[in-house]
Amino acid sequence: MSASTFGSGIRRREDPRLITGTATYTDDIVLPGMLHAAMLRSPFAHARITSIDTSAAAEAPGVVAVYTGADTEGEIGPAPCAWLLPDSGLSIADYHCIAKDTARYVGDIVAVVVAESPHQAYDALDLIDVDYDMLDAIVEPKESAAEGAPQLHAEIEGNQAFHWTVTGGGDIGEAFESAAVVVKETIVQQRLIPNAMEPRAALASYTQATGELTLWNTTQNPHIVRFLMSLVVGIPEDRLRVIAPEVGGGFGSKIAVYPADFITVFCSKKLGVPVKWVETRSENYQATTHGRDHVQEIELAATSDGKIVGLRATVWAGMGAYLSTAAPGIPTILHGLMLSGVYDIPAIHEDVYGLYTNTTPVEAYRGAGRPEATFMVERLVDLLAAKLDIDPAEVRRRNFIPKFDNGHDVVTGLTYDSGDYDGALTKLLDKAGYDQLREEQVEARKQGRYIGLGLSTYVEICGLGPSQVAGAIGFQGGLWESAIVRFHPSGKVNVMIGASPHGQGEETTFAQIIAGELGVSPDDVKVIHGDTDNTPMGWGTYGSRTTAVGGAALALAARKIRDKAKVIAAHLLEAAVEDMEYEDGKFFVKGSPDSSKTIQDIALMANVAWNMPEGVEAGLEATTFYDPPNFVFPYGAHLARVEVDAETGSVTLQRYVAVDDCGPQINPVIVEGQVHGGIVQGIGQALWEEGVYDEDGQLLTGTMLDYAIPRADGLPDIEVHSTVTPSPHHPLGVKGIGEAGTIASTAAVYNAVIDALQPLGVSSVRMPLTPERVWRSIQAAQEDN
Amino acid sequence: MFAPQFDYYRAGSVAEAAALLAEHPEAKLLAGGHSLIPLLKLRLAAPSALVDIGRIDSLRSIREESGTIEIGALTTHSELASSELLRSRATALAEAAGMIGDPAVRNRGTIGGNVAHADPASDLPAVLACLGAEFRVTGGNGDRSVGASDFFEGLMSTAIGEGDILTSIGIPTVDSACGSAYAKFAHPASRYAVIGAAAALVVDEDGSCTCASVTLGGLVPAPVRATAVEEALVGTRLDAAAIASASGLTGDALDADDVLGDVYASAEYRRSVAQVWVQRALSSAAARCG
Ligand SMILES: Cc1cc2nc3c(=O)[nH]c(=O)nc-3n(C[C@H](O)[C@H](O)[C@H](O)COP(=O)(O)OP(=O)(O)OC[C@H]3O[C@@H](n4cnc5c(N)ncnc54)[C@H](O)[C@@H]3O)c2cc1C
Repeated sequence: MSASTFGSGIRRREDPRLITGTATYTDDIVLPGMLHAAMLRSPFAHARITSIDTSAAAEAPGVVAVYTGADTEGEIGPAPCAWLLPDSGLSIADYHCIAKDTARYVGDIVAVVVAESPHQAYDALDLIDVDYDMLDAIVEPKESAAEGAPQLHAEIEGNQAFHWTVTGGGDIGEAFESAAVVVKETIVQQRLIPNAMEPRAALASYTQATGELTLWNTTQNPHIVRFLMSLVVGIPEDRLRVIAPEVGGGFGSKIAVYPADFITVFCSKKLGVPVKWVETRSENYQATTHGRDHVQEIELAATSDGKIVGLRATVWAGMGAYLSTAAPGIPTILHGLMLSGVYDIPAIHEDVYGLYTNTTPVEAYRGAGRPEATFMVERLVDLLAAKLDIDPAEVRRRNFIPKFDNGHDVVTGLTYDSGDYDGALTKLLDKAGYDQLREEQVEARKQGRYIGLGLSTYVEICGLGPSQVAGAIGFQGGLWESAIVRFHPSGKVNVMIGASPHGQGEETTFAQIIAGELGVSPDDVKVIHGDTDNTPMGWGTYGSRTTAVGGAALALAARKIRDKAKVIAAHLLEAAVEDMEYEDGKFFVKGSPDSSKTIQDIALMANVAWNMPEGVEAGLEATTFYDPPNFVFPYGAHLARVEVDAETGSVTLQRYVAVDDCGPQINPVIVEGQVHGGIVQGIGQALWEEGVYDEDGQLLTGTMLDYAIPRADGLPDIEVHSTVTPSPHHPLGVKGIGEAGTIASTAAVYNAVIDALQPLGVSSVRMPLTPERVWRSIQAAQEDN
Repeated sequence: MFAPQFDYYRAGSVAEAAALLAEHPEAKLLAGGHSLIPLLKLRLAAPSALVDIGRIDSLRSIREESGTIEIGALTTHSELASSELLRSRATALAEAAGMIGDPAVRNRGTIGGNVAHADPASDLPAVLACLGAEFRVTGGNGDRSVGASDFFEGLMSTAIGEGDILTSIGIPTVDSACGSAYAKFAHPASRYAVIGAAAALVVDEDGSCTCASVTLGGLVPAPVRATAVEEALVGTRLDAAAIASASGLTGDALDADDVLGDVYASAEYRRSVAQVWVQRALSSAAARCG
């Protein structure tokens, strides 16, 4: 393998077009005769719509059409929820694309205006006269479960979308009763707003003469959009083409198929012209899915020497006013099944209540369920350490699952693939200089300075996942991936994949996989994705699955090519196939490497087919559909060092050290970038970000003036290290790395802040750890003393 | 985000701008646009017309004339931050301007627009009040020069009346040894001031404080002077203990009913910790005296 292929940190080929502004996003596409849609959204969180008068808007300059729920009735179905969580009493409320008679969150669509320009469409929104009858709103998930809470959906009792449980291992009640120590905590995993750089957009072009639709859409999964769009708007899947052009980030918020997408398609179908809708940033905050929103009551039982004997939790997960496409699986399957973390825990029980609230629907948000699980476990382990006065690193060590390289069962029912958790922690402590940091902390405390160290040792489940499991857990789709590898006569290669990268860099890494497998230069490989008309079916890019599943499909397709090429090479070299050897893009007869055929020679011959072996088809192309036998389980250990200014409560993040293991790294620079971005997003949750509603359901953090996303000036240089433990079941041994940083970092930073505040008697602060919240906790602790 | 419709006029001179304002009473002046355009896009303002003064070059300068530094209303925040004259003679202003928003905001936003908009969370009002600035206004209500205490009338309200244009801001210079500084608790999202403290100190040859000016912004509708802090400093040698004990009187300047709070930081919290920023501003200002 040459140095520039698999494993080398070559530059991302995506970047020049992104950096120079020449990439084409949905909003950059202009079609002849195109009109523009704007959505009228409810300004109230819960209100009955008693009348809508659109006459003035319809008369406004440039306005072509105004539609309300009455017009879409029978034409488009409700926006579907496609994760039908079994054994949970799942109750799905109809999510009408245009609210029928009741608006249930600020941002619920009430009408749509189509006009010649976006300005005209937005101006006309102001002219629509809606009469609302106000209803009481409920925004907090735990309160929504309470008796007497305002009810969102008449047919759904107690606002409960589902009640899911996981129970595993020994008797949980007994574990707690007989335990020497129990630590408890209540954690609020606040609501987060994803903030992809590009807001959502759709451009629908329906041709009435042929009944065909092309939809450009900001999506992470165009094939899912095609499937669901077809079901909801009734255009057959074969007439439907969905294109995800350049997509400017998603973080989970571009998985769902949204009411506004269906409405845009409806408008184009009705009017027979292309219709574009691009959300404003304010709409993005109001109506693009949010993440997290859990209230977690958690407890851990252990022996007096710190050995964990049981973990028990109850979680109230706010789902928003309706269930978004994949929402029910996030706080359950992707969360509850991960509660063993990196530890050997003999008994686990969790109840998760999914609750409707008068808020924006939630969905996957980077990490999706796993940060919420990791935080619980890592917080409890730190509480245990504090209670027993054992160093947090040591408590972790006493409970780690021992090193394994081919499968380890945890009591929640998962089989982790491979891991060496102690190895990652050992490397972390060494790189960070942990013992010295602890000494510095002691010194600092003597001077009245509050320095804290926080650890987070995590494992996560990604590379979703075996399709059989998908079926068993109610996911209304498969979870395999596909790849086509096509050699052209000149030896250049096109790769077509079903997944849909949108910033992660797979155009580069997938070319590196081909280079590694077939010895061509990565520069000779172009990766095509995102267009359902020229890529094979695939389930999309989320859950760190593109490389873990799609990359496996690609490697296997490349190996099929290699097998076929070997047969052709044997024929051309007049040798037996069994005598052929392959090395670095060359085929030769064992023992005579000097007379060889390159993969490019074979590609030319296969394409002209002048002299092919008997029974071998022309062309050099292979397709693979890869359904993984298991998930992959990346892991690692992170450390944060903070200083808290006790006078003001402000937190300074001084150092951040990460050790991550995602198996062999196809491109270490891209891995590092993913780790950086992921860590920063998790730090955002710990320190800055929160989507806040007032009790009437008004979003108080509705703009970037109020909602604090991380900035470089609040961050130290992130020190990134790794260990390499291949996945035993992946053809390349690789695991996902897109979400790992986020999954680890929130807990690391939080634990560091609490560690810093320990001499002041503070053991809990609500996230994000704003100066005021930290200051108030200090004040309260001092009053208690 | 789409602004409502408006007419647009570009003024070539102050006189022309004044005439346009007189002709279109519903119009608004447009300088750097970094407060006005967001308001338009959020549809929180809907003026019939904008009169763009952004290209009147004569309003863009920093000059020293007989005991005063005169700053044209269109001078940008980045020009303030990088001016050698301000950095040495009105350090707090250059320092505060350099802390505004981000580079894009500093390159477009102007001192005139900043104070005319008079957002309570802006940095410059408190600094200008601290430095004893005079605001030169022309137009509808005649030419006049207004002191800071009269200029900032309250929440987003100033002495600039209908048809008026702010042309420049004058800062008196001091001959003796002096130093000034600005300390800011920036909101993590907007970067506006949650708390801003400006301090200017004058010392005599012995290093004893002869004059102190301390103002607070960010947490109050309009800049407030911390008179008790000022009085406690005069006559001291501005050592750490003197600064700490004077800063402790910050709360006296803040009428609890007037202190602003929001989802990020409550009024109670801001009032309790404001003294920390006063202390920081004083420590830097004291270090710069000499
Ligand atoms: C992202 C962001 C972050 C920011 N952060 C900060 C911060 O940290 N600290 C801070 O202090 N500010 C901050 N600002 C505000 C910034 O400083 C603005 O530039 C400034 O407040 C307005 O100046 P402008 O020239 O852009 O005025 P414009 O937006 O053009 O005008 C503002 C108002 O003043 C009026 N006006 C303008 N010029 C004159 C004049 N000569 N005479 C009379 N009236 C006039 C206008 O009619 C309008 O009503 C921020 C702004 C943004 C967008």
